[in-house]
Amino acid sequence: MALTIERVTEKLKEKFGDDILDITLNYDFMTYTLKRERIVDVVRFLYDDEELKFQFLTTMCGMHFPDAKEQLGMVYQLHNMIDNVRVRLKIFFPLEDPNVLTLTGIFSTANWMEREAYDFFGIKFTGHPNMKRILNIDEMDYFPMRKEYAVEDATRTDKDDTMFGRE
Amino acid sequence: MTEIVEAPAGYSGHGFFTTKLEDAVGLARKNSIWPLPFATSCCGIEFMATAASHYDLGRFGSERLSFSPRQADLLMVMGTIAKKMAPVLRQVYEQMAEPKWVLSMGACASSGGIFDTYSVLQGIDKIIPVDVYVPGCPPRPEQVLDGIMRIQELVQKEEFGRRKSPEYLKMLEGYGIK
Amino acid sequence: METILDIPKQEKEYSYLNLGPTHPATHGIFQNVLKMDGEKVVDAESTIGYIHRAFEKLGERKPFYQIPPLTDRMNYCSSPINNMGWHMTVEKLIGAEIPKRVQYMRIIIMELSRIADHLICNSVIGVDSGALTGYFYLFEQREDIYEIFEEICGARLTTNIGRIGGFERDFNETVWRKIEKFVDVYTKVLGEFERLLNRNRIFVDRCVGAGPISAERALNYGFTGPNLRAAGVDYDVRVAFPYSGYEDFDFNIPVGTNGDTYDRYMVRSQEMWESLKIIKQAIQKCDRTGPFHADIPDFYLPPKEEVYTSMEALIYHFKIVMGETDKPIGEVYHSVEGGNGELGFYLVSDGGRQAYRLHFRRPCFIYYQAYPEMIKGGFLSDAILTLSSMNVIAGELDA
Repeated sequence: MALTIERVTEKLKEKFGDDILDITLNYDFMTYTLKRERIVDVVRFLYDDEELKFQFLTTMCGMHFPDAKEQLGMVYQLHNMIDNVRVRLKIFFPLEDPNVLTLTGIFSTANWMEREAYDFFGIKFTGHPNMKRILNIDEMDYFPMRKEYAVEDATRTDKDDTMFGRE
Repeated sequence: MTEIVEAPAGYSGHGFFTTKLEDAVGLARKNSIWPLPFATSCCGIEFMATAASHYDLGRFGSERLSFSPRQADLLMVMGTIAKKMAPVLRQVYEQMAEPKWVLSMGACASSGGIFDTYSVLQGIDKIIPVDVYVPGCPPRPEQVLDGIMRIQELVQKEEFGRRKSPEYLKMLEGYGIK
Repeated sequence: METILDIPKQEKEYSYLNLGPTHPATHGIFQNVLKMDGEKVVDAESTIGYIHRAFEKLGERKPFYQIPPLTDRMNYCSSPINNMGWHMTVEKLIGAEIPKRVQYMRIIIMELSRIADHLICNSVIGVDSGALTGYFYLFEQREDIYEIFEEICGARLTTNIGRIGGFERDFNETVWRKIEKFVDVYTKVLGEFERLLNRNRIFVDRCVGAGPISAERALNYGFTGPNLRAAGVDYDVRVAFPYSGYEDFDFNIPVGTNGDTYDRYMVRSQEMWESLKIIKQAIQKCDRTGPFHADIPDFYLPPKEEVYTSMEALIYHFKIVMGETDKPIGEVYHSVEGGNGELGFYLVSDGGRQAYRLHFRRPCFIYYQAYPEMIKGGFLSDAILTLSSMNVIAGELDA
């Protein structure tokens, strides 16, 4: 019998119970919001379990919600290629403590994706083999994707704002 | 007798032809420019199309693309230059021997293009002097060939001693290039 | 007498070779520092980010209809696929119903750009192994594809083709004629190119065994697309999560065995034949006249004549351009089979004019991590060929 998303929800609830804070269906993706500390255990369970076998990490990215209580977040998307089922996992944590456990032990592909999340949001991954910036220059001292920064270069001097009504 | 290139103005007689040395050297140089394709993004693909058989850059004398700056005459910067890449571009420019020309292809190289962001250099003329700008996103191969023809005009009209003149050296100093 | 060959094993000295960022064989700018033991590669470290243009940040600034120029410039060799993927993401968010004819037209454009992408990759594998002729033959055909795109949207390479809901104008007679002619001519040219390289002794000797990767490692690294199919896993987003009418078409998924350069080359070559098959079926299924966009007046601009004459059209035009239309709040993920693999768009919308968060799942970024592992133990020339056969496009790598 092929795996269904209801079975995934059932198994996760039975194993992790309270650690799953929220379950919602977004369009066609079931999204589970977890407690930050349990992320590696949940992913390991989804990877190793005989029935679930979520052995492909599609993507992961960081999020920043300046108005929420826990401002930073991470989103992971896992894929079971044999039964063609996909899930989304989310964790949230405060700006003052942006530490998350790394997934590089389970998926080698998490290496650069976590570096990208660090580069853009400042989320630090404990246990990552090479935690440094990947896309921006190493000397950059801020995390550009956070909402307080504009997309333009703040140090630019040659743009004449009077010409474009931007005063 | 077929003329492959237009002869410069001069006086010819039976078995001899006199002209200004600058014109003759300019003629030779302009029809044998060896470009260095510094291709970073989408404009690089349009350059590949320009160099392919339909638009054929080779008929202008640029059959041999030199990837080594020591052997190149024309630095064609094609594509977005990010701030991370700027020191590399500068190093490549400094390694080229005089006389050298720079062609900036595309909107991103000329002025940053549509990427007004924190990580993109807003135009390569912030770090190196540029001779010809070819706008477009990406420019059509015909526009690139037009840019190359303008470089050819500049090469033809180049005077001896320009590269050692005080104005040129002052301009280089403005960029911080020794 | 001790000669240089008698040096004991512990005293081996490694040399470091810097490959890039500007290098004739790297198609795009990324740097690799290779640790070499003579001619063999022992280890490698990659540095990327030399063309980081902050797409994800720009995505939060621009309204939905201004995102296609950004997605164009990700995998710029096959930009229509990226654009269509974005349009489908927004259509999924708003719940739009797209007519079948539009879906089939989209499929024709996507398969043409897939051919364009694989064409560049294969001819450049040839160039890197010394066979320049194939490049000239195939690029002539890329000009034909450019002419088709130009007829529809006006641009050759970074096309901004299509709109949310369909196309900006219907395909006219010239387009259909050009597509049919392209299919005929390309069949012959691709056959000629394959006769040049597929069984060529030199090419096979260079490519077989260069840069292999096993299926387990490839899956663990998140490979998708031709690179994964060359390793033996038949995952194709068009079959796993069909979109835009692909379920109505009959095509195969070519799969390799070793995951080395020759397999990647052959998988791409076979995919070009499959794309031609799909285009032929789509030409049959598509009526020459019919709707060319969905009926979503909130997102698709009304025709200009109506804007100047009817009040309702004027209001819609104003609302769409100023971004005042109501957008649902929610998050959606949609993926398409790009030239390099699963290209995903994760869009979080807060109902406002622009996206709250826009994340691109870029296949090149994900599989390029495996490059050091693939070239370990191989020769330097294999490292070069592996790089060009992986089809790493710098625009997609750094975004």
